[in-house]
Amino acid sequence: MLTDKRQLLLDERAFARTLHRMVLDILRQNPDPDRLVLIGIQRRGVELAARLASLLARETGAQVPRGALDITLYRDDFEVVGPRPLVGPTHLPVKLDGREAWIVDDVLFTGRTVRAALDELADFGRPGRIGLAVLVDRGGRELPIQADVVGERVPTAGGDRVEVFVRELDGRDAVEVVRAGRAAP
Amino acid sequence: MSGALGKDLLGLEHLSADQIRLILDTAEPFKEISERAIKKVPVLRGKTIVNLFFEASTRTRISFEFAEKRLSADTVNVAASGSSVVKGETLVDTARNLEAMRIDMVVMRHGSSGAAKFLADRIESTVINAGDGKHEHPTQGLLDLLTIRDHRPIAGTKVCIVGDVLHSRVARSNIWGLLKLGAAVAVCGPQSLLPLGIEALGVHVFRRVEEAIAWADVLNVLRLQLERMQAGYIPSLREYYRHFGVTVERLEQAPRDLLILHPGPMNRGVEIDSRVADGPHSVILNQVTNGVAVRMAVLYLLAGGNPELAEAAKGASDR
Amino acid sequence: MKPIVVRGARVVDPSAGRDEIADVLLQDGVVRAVGRGLGTPDGAAVLDAAGLVAAPGLVDLHVHLREPGREDVETIATGARAAAAGGFTSVCAMPNTDPVTDNQAAVGFILGQARRAGFARVYPIGAVSLGQQGEQLAEIGELAAAGAVAVSDDGRPVATAHLMRTALEYARTFAIPVIDHCEDQSLSHGGAMHEGLTSTRLGLKGIPRSAEDIIVARDIALAELTGGHVHFAHVSTAGAVRMIREAKARGLRVTAEVTPHHFTLTDAACESYETNAKMNPPLREATDVAALRAGLADGTIDCIATDHAPHHYDAKEAEFDNAPFGVVGLETALGLAIAELVEPGVLTLAQLVERMASGPASLAHLPGGTLRPGQPADVVVFDPAAAWTVDPALFFSKSRNTPFGGRRLRGLVRWTLVGGVVVHSAGDRPDTGNRSGR
Repeated sequence: MLTDKRQLLLDERAFARTLHRMVLDILRQNPDPDRLVLIGIQRRGVELAARLASLLARETGAQVPRGALDITLYRDDFEVVGPRPLVGPTHLPVKLDGREAWIVDDVLFTGRTVRAALDELADFGRPGRIGLAVLVDRGGRELPIQADVVGERVPTAGGDRVEVFVRELDGRDAVEVVRAGRAAP
Repeated sequence: MSGALGKDLLGLEHLSADQIRLILDTAEPFKEISERAIKKVPVLRGKTIVNLFFEASTRTRISFEFAEKRLSADTVNVAASGSSVVKGETLVDTARNLEAMRIDMVVMRHGSSGAAKFLADRIESTVINAGDGKHEHPTQGLLDLLTIRDHRPIAGTKVCIVGDVLHSRVARSNIWGLLKLGAAVAVCGPQSLLPLGIEALGVHVFRRVEEAIAWADVLNVLRLQLERMQAGYIPSLREYYRHFGVTVERLEQAPRDLLILHPGPMNRGVEIDSRVADGPHSVILNQVTNGVAVRMAVLYLLAGGNPELAEAAKGASDR
Repeated sequence: MKPIVVRGARVVDPSAGRDEIADVLLQDGVVRAVGRGLGTPDGAAVLDAAGLVAAPGLVDLHVHLREPGREDVETIATGARAAAAGGFTSVCAMPNTDPVTDNQAAVGFILGQARRAGFARVYPIGAVSLGQQGEQLAEIGELAAAGAVAVSDDGRPVATAHLMRTALEYARTFAIPVIDHCEDQSLSHGGAMHEGLTSTRLGLKGIPRSAEDIIVARDIALAELTGGHVHFAHVSTAGAVRMIREAKARGLRVTAEVTPHHFTLTDAACESYETNAKMNPPLREATDVAALRAGLADGTIDCIATDHAPHHYDAKEAEFDNAPFGVVGLETALGLAIAELVEPGVLTLAQLVERMASGPASLAHLPGGTLRPGQPADVVVFDPAAAWTVDPALFFSKSRNTPFGGRRLRGLVRWTLVGGVVVHSAGDRPDTGNRSGR
């Protein structure tokens, strides 16, 4: 009998500590917060970008502008999977040229979402630098893409799922890993 | 290829309310793309779309062309003159030739009702009806719905279509879309320009435009064509304007602020006053903007992927 | 020619008041005897007709055989063969050929072609006006003398009241009817189907009932004025039926026919822009179908005629507006009539034979339509209960434009005999060479 096993990776407190650590990492790589812009990938990347921005404001006093990207129209699997509903708006509040743009997403897996985000950002302008901050890196890359700031690393197998919950959408902050069921030996 | 909308978009009569809402909802984010500096997304990159127009049309064809190019598709415009009979090559042969060139989609406008279905039944490519005879003009109906929805919910709104309903594919598509989304629909015009049996579709009939204006929240004013006068349906354009023209004076009598739509091109001073067309309640230009977004949404939804592969890919990674 | 005995059929012959199990002896091209227990003459062939119906061969007053001019879609030979397959032993060929049948040479040509083919008998109908142009009266006397059995400008209405009046008066001299296709073209112009909710939904210009009713009213008034015989082709509206009933009640010499597609289908058949449902007059609504059936039942409508109108596949494979009007009908008429009229009890079998054989024959003064001894041996033997599915690929007609492909019908022809010779047997197939005719 195959059963999925659900593990709690980060509880509410660990979640908050992780975000705080990510903010410090971002600042370490990029000491001038006035050039920063955080761009969250729909959906939960947007909420995480908001959290990081407010933490940055507490740390530095700087108001970092935030944008959102829906990468649905830049996916590379349209042929296979077909049209999907767009999950949320795309908007960028400031011009990107010369800025330090950080893409924020909840889970980094194959890297295809980030590739789509990079393509989409290129249509909006030319940042001085693009960084990538993710809450969870679950391995399994299919493209040569790495995050500059990682909240938590967890190795996973193909059938596993990493589920991120944010208070704004799900009522709680947590990260859970669901291991795909394996046959009993 | 089939997805939520099936292989083709031939009309609104046989779409469900959910399908229509899907198209309108999908069109919303596409509005934003037309506001960007780089008005392009790569989603239909490498797709070939033929705009096959048997009737001259500037605005619809350009609107489709913008929509196609903004989705990064490759477009080819074919302006086929007159009826297929006059041309010599039948519509069937045109269709087969296009298919042999492995095109993905055809956007067709044709003078015969049913021509879009005729083509769709005979080729594998997706067919989008850009107007077939007097039958339907679904993308126009959809952009009219979207434009109304920008201002008020469609359900419960009272929409009156004014003008030559008998010969209007725009009117028919509007009627289907509005009824399915819960609007109250009426038509108004001289009886010689109203089709037999229209009430049986669930549509009120007003014989005087003043009554229509008193009732409606939205007016969709149709273009009156010169040919109708020449064919004897109405005595003169002057008479039409006097009794059915949407004028500032008539609108001033309206109990509420009416939204004014017009599919274009307008005959100023025949069916509509310039001051109304250019006035504060006119959303005619919004219709044009929404037209590109709606057409992008339709192309996007119909260009969809291979359903078998989609099933197989369901378990695959997407991050 | 061998004598033939049709053994043990239910013989239905309204002209002789007969409906009973009997044998029919055919000899030397005529009916020799009808009765029980007829002997078998030397050398006679016996057709075992137990469980079958034997009736006078069916007579179709309205077919288009397309020859001369459009031999690609039908010829007199293929049309006559299709007629035989449908149980028809006589058909009347409309004159809207190319050239038009408006002179004696054209009439003779048709008769000659039909004789050479040797299947169903073909009686030419001459034109009312030269070239069917609606201007000058054709030489109706010459046409009648050459063998035309009626005149018509079918395809079009007789153009003006004056022309119709003149034709009726003139044709009276030669005792032939004027057959009118009733259509006011100023109302029908550009129309592709019945004007109603369906045409509104499909965005097609409609042909209102009034287009037909107006000309029916005109012709009834002219029948009254002239005392001539008007025969109304392919009646399609309830209004026409009502006016014809009333005209007959007043003793006017008007007769009428209806097609199987008009008593079976409504304008709903045009959904999906099906061009095989496009004909003129168009399919109308359920109320009209009901009125047509009632008209057949009470005799207001004298006969069933197919308006068999072959068209090329390519021509019908077009946008609805551009497709030609017309459907074939010879090979589905009996099956539809039994399924749609006899089974539901609109007509008895005897009444059906009246409407499809004796009625039309006497209306047009044609030989046949009867099994009385001494009359031509034109017989149809059919199984009234056999259910079968229409497969246009098996038609003997050159054309396949029928709205009934795939439809289940009842009543299948077993043998058709013309002049005492079998011209069709069930099981004949178009490609395997037909039985030889007369």
